Amino acid sequence: MIVPLTHVLILAGIIFVMGLACAIAWRSNLIMILIGIEIMLNAAMLAFVGGGAHWRLVDGQVFSLVIMALTSSEVSLALSMVVYLHRRKKTVSADEFSDMKG
Amino acid sequence: MEQIFFYILAAVVLVATLLAITEGHAVHAIVYLATSFFALAGIFYLLGAPLIAVFEVIIYAGAIMVLFLFVIMMLDMGQPEKARGPSLKQWWPALLLGAIILGAMFTLFATTIPETLAGWSYTDAREFSRVLFRRYGVAVEVISLQLLFALVGALYLGRRKLP
Repeated sequence: MIVPLTHVLILAGIIFVMGLACAIAWRSNLIMILIGIEIMLNAAMLAFVGGGAHWRLVDGQVFSLVIMALTSSEVSLALSMVVYLHRRKKTVSADEFSDMKG
Repeated sequence: MEQIFFYILAAVVLVATLLAITEGHAVHAIVYLATSFFALAGIFYLLGAPLIAVFEVIIYAGAIMVLFLFVIMMLDMGQPEKARGPSLKQWWPALLLGAIILGAMFTLFATTIPETLAGWSYTDAREFSRVLFRRYGVAVEVISLQLLFALVGALYLGRRKLP
């Protein structure tokens, strides 16, 4: 481990907070919400890899690979849903989709 | 030497992410985010995870960000100068929550500091795949099922005419 685990965890925490702020502040834009979720999952991956490097275990890297597969499937589903919603109402503003029908 | 690289890359990640979340135009935000992910891949390599660094570049910066770019360009989001960032009224709950989380984290690390093992560990592909397929074989199966479900769901949602 080249740097203390604390510094890696602080970096991951700051990245996570940035992603959370992005998802909360841009809550009327579907694409920016997805970008915020991406940033948060990256921070989780950094925490896993840092822990794996600290305790000399490969399990952290395996879990970050699992997170990567989860992210790719989540993004593909969510973006296809964004395309579908945009086809319905010609906008990506989340406020427009507050009504449920059928 | 590696410490200096780590802190430089950490600064690049933080600045690029900050620019990405404050940028009003979505395409610019995606490009900043790709920069951030490249720097994060360098950090993963420095932490002894070269496979994860490679996957980060290939999957995140290569596939997911390009998917975002495709969707944004396909959607015709209107005039880019009309797209502006959220106002201060929308920023303050985010800043409040972030300050609470960061404050809790710093108080935690001010009281307990985990000791650091000396030396640098490096995981090659053989060791990684041995752990992945021997100990987490079920996880690989679950991932493959999940990717199949995502493929079917994306194909269903992306059809031109829903029944």
